[in-house]
Amino acid sequence: MGIAKNDIVLEIKNLNFYYGELQALININLEIKRNTITSIIGPSGCGKSTMLRCINRMNELIDDTRTEGEIFYDGRNIFDSDVDPVKLRRKIGMVFQQPNPFPKNIFDNVAYGPKMYGTRNRQKLREIVEISLKKAALWDEVKDRLLDKSLSLSGGQQQRLCIARTLAVEPDIILMDEPASSLDPIATMRIEQLLREVTDDYTIIIVTNNMQQASRISEYTAFINAKERRSGFLVEYGRTQDLFIKPQMKQTEDYISGRFG
Amino acid sequence: MNQAKLEKRAMLNQESFLSSKNDNIKSEWIKGRIFLLICIVSILFGILSLAALLIYVFWDALGWLNWQFITSTPSRFASKAGIFPMLMGSGFIIMLVALFSLPLGVGTAVYLEEYAPKNLFKKFIEINISNLAGVPSIVYGLLGLGLFVSFLDLTHGTILVGALTLTLRILPVVIVTSQEAIKAVPVSHRRASIGLGTTKWQMIRSVVLPESVPGIMTGMILALAVAMGETAPLIMIGAATSIFTAPRNIHSSFSSLPLQIFAWSDFPGEGFRHGVTPAAIVVLLVILMIMNGAAIYIRHRFSRDKN
Repeated sequence: MGIAKNDIVLEIKNLNFYYGELQALININLEIKRNTITSIIGPSGCGKSTMLRCINRMNELIDDTRTEGEIFYDGRNIFDSDVDPVKLRRKIGMVFQQPNPFPKNIFDNVAYGPKMYGTRNRQKLREIVEISLKKAALWDEVKDRLLDKSLSLSGGQQQRLCIARTLAVEPDIILMDEPASSLDPIATMRIEQLLREVTDDYTIIIVTNNMQQASRISEYTAFINAKERRSGFLVEYGRTQDLFIKPQMKQTEDYISGRFG
Repeated sequence: MNQAKLEKRAMLNQESFLSSKNDNIKSEWIKGRIFLLICIVSILFGILSLAALLIYVFWDALGWLNWQFITSTPSRFASKAGIFPMLMGSGFIIMLVALFSLPLGVGTAVYLEEYAPKNLFKKFIEINISNLAGVPSIVYGLLGLGLFVSFLDLTHGTILVGALTLTLRILPVVIVTSQEAIKAVPVSHRRASIGLGTTKWQMIRSVVLPESVPGIMTGMILALAVAMGETAPLIMIGAATSIFTAPRNIHSSFSSLPLQIFAWSDFPGEGFRHGVTPAAIVVLLVILMIMNGAAIYIRHRFSRDKN
């Protein structure tokens, strides 16, 4: 299997998702390219985050939900019965909207995943922690206090710690659900910068409400809009430049020029 | 509006503006004061009666509470009487109760919070557990007698039967407080773990339980303090009210501090009523205060760690 940038790594096909009676996603079709950053934009409540959580099957933890359709990850349908969602989530990591470090020390936060996967060797864990924190551009700030509580860090540092924690398990794809929405502009810039730096090694799908952010960091952008009753559907998907400069659809143009949403 | 009118209004304003003459501020202020007074009387009632109890008991215990009292066995003579076998009995029982109720209580709580499907049956069980916490302790004594002595044919009045009975007594409390502690673990931490590709058991083991340990410990200690002071169920299962030898193993007969207090309070003679009884009460109170203090300390440590 040749791995090259811009291969299709993830193919979402006819994806429908239901919260009980409510259909939250209507027939989504999307192809995500390897080692790129793809932004998902759209008005709040349109199902962006729901779609993200379909990709690592986190939605299944919510009661009374139903998924239809297929998502192919490197050619395998992730909903096949022999796919273990735990294993899937080791390949497709997630960074959440609010920084959610564990109330453990910095080292143990980053080492959490590897430990859970069975790495016992302290030296190996130390290496993983250092590499991950360096990738997350946090190493210099915390290298002298790895045993401090994670909650002693600032919000932006906590979010980078969460990114490091995800990087430590070496996923293929990283799902990010508005990772900078609770951060100040400087912390946001830091995170955007680090995303650009790690894109050689990871495929990143980022949900964002910030259209400048989408245009700054991503190569591809998908615009999801919602019908009444909060049912999301894909309006337009393409290269970020194209979508922002000459959108094909009227809805997209209205949204990005701020006429609604 | 002409000049005269404006002047008149200014005059009026001088009088009434910001003075509470013509509205309800004054009367509401008085009502507030009355309410405050009621609150103060309420709190004084509790504090004063508690203080009276403590002073009365400590005063009586003075002179009786010494090392000899702690290390001696009961006696016909108040001046020679001590609580050593009962102290050992209480300690032994509490350790066993902790040993039994921790896994049972936490196991139940984890099942209810993490595994049980959220349906009516779970609700039904939870309501029943909460109700059980309020069942009079004598009823648990009857249950213990019926279940462990009559049905399982264990010898009545032994450490084992006593511990099992008290375990039943505090289990509802342990379950409910453990559930609260588990519920308090943020969903975001659970998601973080699952999102990193851990199994549910890994998440429970490495995130939920460590984070709920302080809450569980606090509830556990408070429940054990309840067990420590429990008297009625022990009488029911045939524990001795007074005993001369400390229990050696789980099949030994035993007595506990509150049982001895109960027994002595009925003895004739000043030395028992106003000497060794209050002295034993003081010992029991001190133990309970230490346990409660430990619970408060753990809770305090935890809330400080969080920030």
